[in-house]
Amino acid sequence: MNDKTLYDKLWDSHVVRQDADGTALIYIDRQLVHEVTSPQAFEGLKLAGRKPWRTASMLAVPDHNVPTTNRAAGIADPISRLQVETLDANCAEFGIVEFKMGDIRQGVVHVMGPEQGATLPGMTVVCGDSHTSTHGAFAALAHGIGTSEVEHVMATQCLVAKKSKAMLVKVEGALGRGVTAKDIALAVIGKIGTAGGTGYAIEFAGSAIRGLSMEGRMTLCNMAIEAGARAGMVAVDDTTIEYVQGRPFAPQGENWDKAVAYWKTLHSDTGAKFDATVELDAAQIKPQVTWGTSPEMVTDINGRVPDPASAPDAVKRGDWERALQYMGLQANTPISEIKVDKVFIGSCTNARIEDMREAAAVAKGKKVAANVKLAMVVPGSGLVKAQAEKEGLDKIFIDAGFEWRDPGCSMCLAMNDDRLEPGERCASTSNRNFEGRQGQGSRTHLVSPAMAAAAAIAGHFVDVSKS
Amino acid sequence: MRKFNLLDGLVVPLDRANVDTDAIIPKQFLKSIKRSGFGPNAFDEWRYLDHGEPGMDNSKRPLNPDFVLNQSRYQGAQVLLARENFGCGSSREHAPWALEDYGFQVIIAPSFADIFFNNCFKNGLLPIKLDAAIVDGLFKSVAANEGYKLKVDLERQVITTPDGKQIAFEVDAFRKHCLLNGLDDIGLTLQHVEDIKGFEAKHRAAQPWLYA
Ligand code: SF4
Repeated sequence: MNDKTLYDKLWDSHVVRQDADGTALIYIDRQLVHEVTSPQAFEGLKLAGRKPWRTASMLAVPDHNVPTTNRAAGIADPISRLQVETLDANCAEFGIVEFKMGDIRQGVVHVMGPEQGATLPGMTVVCGDSHTSTHGAFAALAHGIGTSEVEHVMATQCLVAKKSKAMLVKVEGALGRGVTAKDIALAVIGKIGTAGGTGYAIEFAGSAIRGLSMEGRMTLCNMAIEAGARAGMVAVDDTTIEYVQGRPFAPQGENWDKAVAYWKTLHSDTGAKFDATVELDAAQIKPQVTWGTSPEMVTDINGRVPDPASAPDAVKRGDWERALQYMGLQANTPISEIKVDKVFIGSCTNARIEDMREAAAVAKGKKVAANVKLAMVVPGSGLVKAQAEKEGLDKIFIDAGFEWRDPGCSMCLAMNDDRLEPGERCASTSNRNFEGRQGQGSRTHLVSPAMAAAAAIAGHFVDVSKS
Repeated sequence: MRKFNLLDGLVVPLDRANVDTDAIIPKQFLKSIKRSGFGPNAFDEWRYLDHGEPGMDNSKRPLNPDFVLNQSRYQGAQVLLARENFGCGSSREHAPWALEDYGFQVIIAPSFADIFFNNCFKNGLLPIKLDAAIVDGLFKSVAANEGYKLKVDLERQVITTPDGKQIAFEVDAFRKHCLLNGLDDIGLTLQHVEDIKGFEAKHRAAQPWLYA
């Protein structure tokens, strides 16, 4: 049988050469670049006297280190500033298009790329950032790479890779009220674990996935890496094509028609074989909240913090005990009784316009609870920010007592000034709840934008599906 | 890249699963635009009692006596013994840079996160996947025997324990070749320039919009 998975199609159409042991050279169509993982790659390139193979395939933006307030004053931290200036200088030297800090198109790299139409169906997309899996929402083969590979792609337009196995994650049925793509992502990780997808490229399919907007699909693919998979993807349908049409980097005219005809072939064939299949019933998924220090440490809003005594094995028991201690939680505490100190709505997982709308719908006409010291909304890009302001969402947030910031990674990883103090507990729409992720000693609970906004208003986690 | 062939190295056990790259090298150190010098900040938040920032004199910082890397019996360790899903999370290559700069040459675990695993080979580090039961046995042996060393022979793909037991391991043939010879990937790929150009021409004809 010649039936292929979407992953097969994307892989096969980019193999430059392949060795007998399966090691292949894969051609890369798009490389996105940010300031943290590129300086050593540019330096390596220069030291070896090499030039980028195709600068037009590259697009750069600073995001990790940029401040989210008072931009006019520039970056205060000299080390952060040097990193951003280094990116500016490298892009200028090699003629790479860069959306600098003052540009309205600047934003988190994984929000900016799709928004510009720089991510297209059928492409291979890489970036020195693990959440590059986001771009798979467009039926692109997209994954994060290390700095050596960034340099390798710059110099050769290729990546040395071996084909992964293919996993199908099928979510059928209708999502309940207040349940979002983020909840699907966390529920999948809860089911298969953070290493469950290791060695696989995941295709998300099923009626619940087809029902998601592109924003929702990006949220889902973004978190594929937290399930251990380097790549997540969703087949092309009308939703994909409508999203791409008219964006600055999208094809036009005759090329557009040709492209669409090709893109429509980007789905798994009916008889395609997957190495593993996982099925979820959308109707069973409730709003999710993580309780520990790994995204797989997750339950739903009606759940409780688990008791390590009930862990399946000794290694897990140790992990759970350490997690509860770090998180300052008691076993068996109902999730809805956990109070939060801060709320962060942002990141490449959940800072697109739809996320802003979902959070604003919950916050509208309400006030942030007195025990919440800071609730901040950080749009994913300058364009998301402008759109939200056009819709009046900024006013809703500000009236409710949220801070409305400038775009960047912000408190997702706390490389700039936005961070938690030791011991502070945060409802966060980002993707990682690791120890110290949002600042030393920080305690992160991953949730959807609606759940984060609801926690800000109530001061503790609440079930948005019931409000 | 440094060549790797034989090692007879002291083993340090890091007994936790899902050790992520944020833990291996916390983000504040990612602001560096250099490739070296990350070793003193490897596992920074676990290793020191205070909060580390770039530019601090690490030799003057208070060490966490409970963290395994700080125990005197493990000083000079070159083999890191770890649990499942080691190196998960962020793709930062600063993690293998930090481990390599610290002095590690081999990491043994039941499983690794993909990107980290890849990044190791590009930096002269050998990650070895072994059966969870074997890894567990090694944890016990290390705990019971001070000065426990392992001999790692990449050419033969064998680990030898102090009591002479041999443990075979798998390694991808291409990566082994690169590691044994200290070869740089880019140089190797550029031997195929004609293939790349040929592919590019076909790709451009099939999907011209990618080049518009
Ligand atoms: S928003 Fe967070 S996860 Fe996304 S690229 Fe930035 S730091 Fe990484």
